Amino acid sequence: MLELIIIGAGPAGITAAVYAARKRMSLLVISKDIGGQAAWSGDIENYTGYQFISGPELADKFAEHIGKYGVNLKEQEAVVGLKKSGDIILVKTGKSNYETKTVIIASGKRSRELGVPGEKEFKNKGLTYCATCDGPLFSGKPVAVIGGGNSALDAALQLVNIASKVYLVNITSALSGDEIMRQKVESDQKVELLNDTQVTAITGDRFVKGIKIKRAGREEPLAVEGIFVEVGLLPNSEFATDVEKNKLLEIQVNSRNETNIPGVFAAGDVTDVPEKQIIIAAGEGSKAALSAFRYLAQHKI
Amino acid sequence: MGKKVTVYSTTTCSYCIRAKQFLNENNIIFENFDVSADQEKAQEMIQKSGQMGVPVLDIDGQIIVGFDKEGIKKALGL
Repeated sequence: MLELIIIGAGPAGITAAVYAARKRMSLLVISKDIGGQAAWSGDIENYTGYQFISGPELADKFAEHIGKYGVNLKEQEAVVGLKKSGDIILVKTGKSNYETKTVIIASGKRSRELGVPGEKEFKNKGLTYCATCDGPLFSGKPVAVIGGGNSALDAALQLVNIASKVYLVNITSALSGDEIMRQKVESDQKVELLNDTQVTAITGDRFVKGIKIKRAGREEPLAVEGIFVEVGLLPNSEFATDVEKNKLLEIQVNSRNETNIPGVFAAGDVTDVPEKQIIIAAGEGSKAALSAFRYLAQHKI
Repeated sequence: MGKKVTVYSTTTCSYCIRAKQFLNENNIIFENFDVSADQEKAQEMIQKSGQMGVPVLDIDGQIIVGFDKEGIKKALGL
């Protein structure tokens, strides 16, 4: 039986894996991808030690770092169930079942969908949730970024270098997000900010041709060829049915990253830790690994 | 043997990097097009795959969208 399974390989999961590997715990990392949301980020300028690094580069560094310790990694595998019976925790994926003594849930968050007609049909046909990945395909085209927070601002700032025009469609009356990014967006000639505006539908033929927007009670079409949805995030916590969560469905942890189930720890954006940052997720991951190590030392399973 | 492998990618997408790494690790020779810089190839990719997400792999005419490791293995006969 394994001593530790880490679910997720973003900043929290990878850092937990590095710490656990250095404690010589027998471990397995199960994840859909490497890097998590960090891999989707544009420019990262607040991760200590790197004055500037891009998301994909940082994700690459993460992969390299766990590679160095020869950590056993199941990539492209999604966890669908987590159950503790007796001292054993059973982790179920779409492909297999695994038994372990402890678990760290570091499954992060995913993009929230808009929930409007046309969204599913036009996904990857002009509509995307990742400006960093897909932005360069919209060179010289008019695009819309949906949202008003930091990730929407980040997407808009990436797209001004690529697209012919960037509409920033924000449902509230003013942008949120960091002042420094807001100023950059608001002063950019290519950006047209549409506050108090709701997206009601995605339209097109084979590919996106536009969106329908509603403001001041009136619906009107807006011609764009690319749509970047940045309307917040949902925690990937559904599989952990027995674990206590807050109203946002984030897993509740204490300062030692313990959940309500002994032996089950959680770290990073999937938890209720205040502030979601790459460096915070990484720090939380290391804490969770040390807690799991201490738990094993104290409980002779 | 010797399947023709084409990768359509951008430099900013981590799945593209991982897909190319995977091909390299398996000693697969492939041609890579950066569709953020090459509009013609971007159009070709959209034509072939009917969508705009990267990466797209063309393995002897079989189109694989995204870094679908199992799909790539199968197409390559690994």
